[in-house]
Amino acid sequence: MLSKSQAKTFFLIGTGVFAAIFAVLTLDTFQRIPKQTNAGEMNESVIRGKHLFEQKNCMGCHTILGEGAYYAPELTKVFERRGENFIKAMLRDPEAMYPGQRKMVNYRLSEQEITDLTSFLQWIGKMDLNGFPPKPDLAPPTSLQTGAPSVYSQTCAACHSLNGQGGQVGPALDGIGKRRDLAFLESWLRDPMAVKPDSKMPKLPLSEEEIKSLLTFLSSQIQGEQ
Amino acid sequence: MKYQSQRIAYWFFAVCMLLFGLQLVYGFIMGFAHMGMDGLHSIIPFNVARATHTNLLVMWLLAGFMGAAYYIIPEESERDIISIKWAYIQLIAFVVVGVTAIIGFHFQWWEGRKFLEIPRPLDYLVVIDVLLFIGLIGGTIWNGKRYTTTSLVLFFGLLTAALLYLPGMIETDHQTHDSYWRWWVVHLWVEGVWELIMGAILSFLLIKLTGVDREVIEKWLYVIVGFTFLSGILGTGHHYYYIGTPKYWLMVGGLFSALEPVAFLGMAIYAIAMARKGGRAVENRTALLWTIGTAVMSFVGAGFLGFAHTLPQVNLYTHGTLVTAMHGHMAFWGAYASLVLALITYAMPSLTGRNLHDTKTNAFAFWTSNIGMIAMTIAFGIAGVAQVYLERKIGLDFLLVQKEIEVHFLGLILAATLFTCGIIAYIWNFIRFGKPVGEVLRSSR
Repeated sequence: MLSKSQAKTFFLIGTGVFAAIFAVLTLDTFQRIPKQTNAGEMNESVIRGKHLFEQKNCMGCHTILGEGAYYAPELTKVFERRGENFIKAMLRDPEAMYPGQRKMVNYRLSEQEITDLTSFLQWIGKMDLNGFPPKPDLAPPTSLQTGAPSVYSQTCAACHSLNGQGGQVGPALDGIGKRRDLAFLESWLRDPMAVKPDSKMPKLPLSEEEIKSLLTFLSSQIQGEQ
Repeated sequence: MKYQSQRIAYWFFAVCMLLFGLQLVYGFIMGFAHMGMDGLHSIIPFNVARATHTNLLVMWLLAGFMGAAYYIIPEESERDIISIKWAYIQLIAFVVVGVTAIIGFHFQWWEGRKFLEIPRPLDYLVVIDVLLFIGLIGGTIWNGKRYTTTSLVLFFGLLTAALLYLPGMIETDHQTHDSYWRWWVVHLWVEGVWELIMGAILSFLLIKLTGVDREVIEKWLYVIVGFTFLSGILGTGHHYYYIGTPKYWLMVGGLFSALEPVAFLGMAIYAIAMARKGGRAVENRTALLWTIGTAVMSFVGAGFLGFAHTLPQVNLYTHGTLVTAMHGHMAFWGAYASLVLALITYAMPSLTGRNLHDTKTNAFAFWTSNIGMIAMTIAFGIAGVAQVYLERKIGLDFLLVQKEIEVHFLGLILAATLFTCGIIAYIWNFIRFGKPVGEVLRSSR
């Protein structure tokens, strides 16, 4: 039967061996991180963004690289998902972007800080994360929304749905092309509150190009809801 | 109480009760926020509540470990703590730093790094305070009449816990490095050196409660902490799957995390086997109940649920979801919260000279809090699995999913209410014990 001193030896040797392996793997990992994370692309702005992310404790609600709290969306791929304009508008005035929804603190960030955070999120999104976050493999086919310009899927879909896909903060957009004419859609996109003063939809920072592509896309939505 | 200086432990335990009570309040704030009742958003936004909730936990557990050391070490070393005055200074400094940190969080004085939110200037004070503590405990052991395995394992655990606080203070501009070092603290604490502390406290309790021969208990203590490190050190790899670190961590982390339950299973079998082996009438039945409770619940929460969540192919989907919260709650409750409560239950009668340990209140506290925690774990689990399915598999929008799972937070809050009833009963029983007596009361075995 095992004696106490044998048990002690097992503890000491086991601990020593595995601590040593861990140290070696750590050294190797630090050699490989720069390449895997595109550390070369970390400019001043990205670094300021990283520290700002920490200073405001964004991780206290969001997750990034899957780490943080589970109260707000995962941000690793947010740049790809929502794009620069949406992120910036969100950081300028969070509650305007998701009226009546779960709240985010408005940190009254300067334009420089907003740019820094956005660059940080852009850099994070390009890391090689061994397959995380996974692509939703049971998602309904996206062919239902073919032809949607990226500004639609990045910005509009955050609140509106089409063919059952997208957010439910604002009304569904099925059949919008049948319900509204081009002139209405255009003035609405430029400033919702100018058309309907009590609208909860914020005035979005859209370029002429984006408005044009959205008008084409939205006016072609003649299927569905009346 | 055999030695005057063991009285110091009482004040650490009192701090535990206070901080634990406060931790629950912040838990409720977050539970309600998840249900859309975020009326406190402008004063205590979610990230403040979250930082406060987790840091209060860490603080009261550390206070519990420190109290445990001040109680256990004199008995193990057969002498008083080398300086009672400095021990009280250490306690006061600990409380001042802790309370400052908690208040600071409400004014956004923090480092937004999960679990390590305490701002840098206070980190240095924590280090000084812990050095003082280690000095007092180490000095006492060094000058003691005997060196026992239990006291050495406890000391080694406390010392390495202090040392492992340091990697968390490494300055870096890189998110991956930041994360990498942060887990050196958090993982190597809870799945590494804290288990040494746990093993040592468990061993002390079993020696005292069951009367089984010290040599036998301490031999198995070595085996268990051996398994802890064997699996736990490389098990850190399960935090390195998806943070920009090499792919081999999926294999290393997956394999060694799968072994982690062994240490916890060992701990559970150990506690139950020793309790049966003792076989005689136990003086403090409730303390033994908590001791067995901590061993079993840590196996389920930390061991089994941890294993289920850290398999790489599962973790790809559950990483960063409420499934983590499910595992986290029961793991911390089972392994560390229950352990501290077990030791307090054991120590109070001898500290205060009142035999209130086997009261109905205390039995109620044990069963209600444990059943409440199991129900909370189930609520988190259902919410988490639903979130994984809807968000990660179907690809629904985050906020939409959160609306879908809101109802499970009602379940969570009901379960948490039950849990809180248990904890209130525990704290009430603690208050009824009264303050420690002046004289040395009875010799313990």
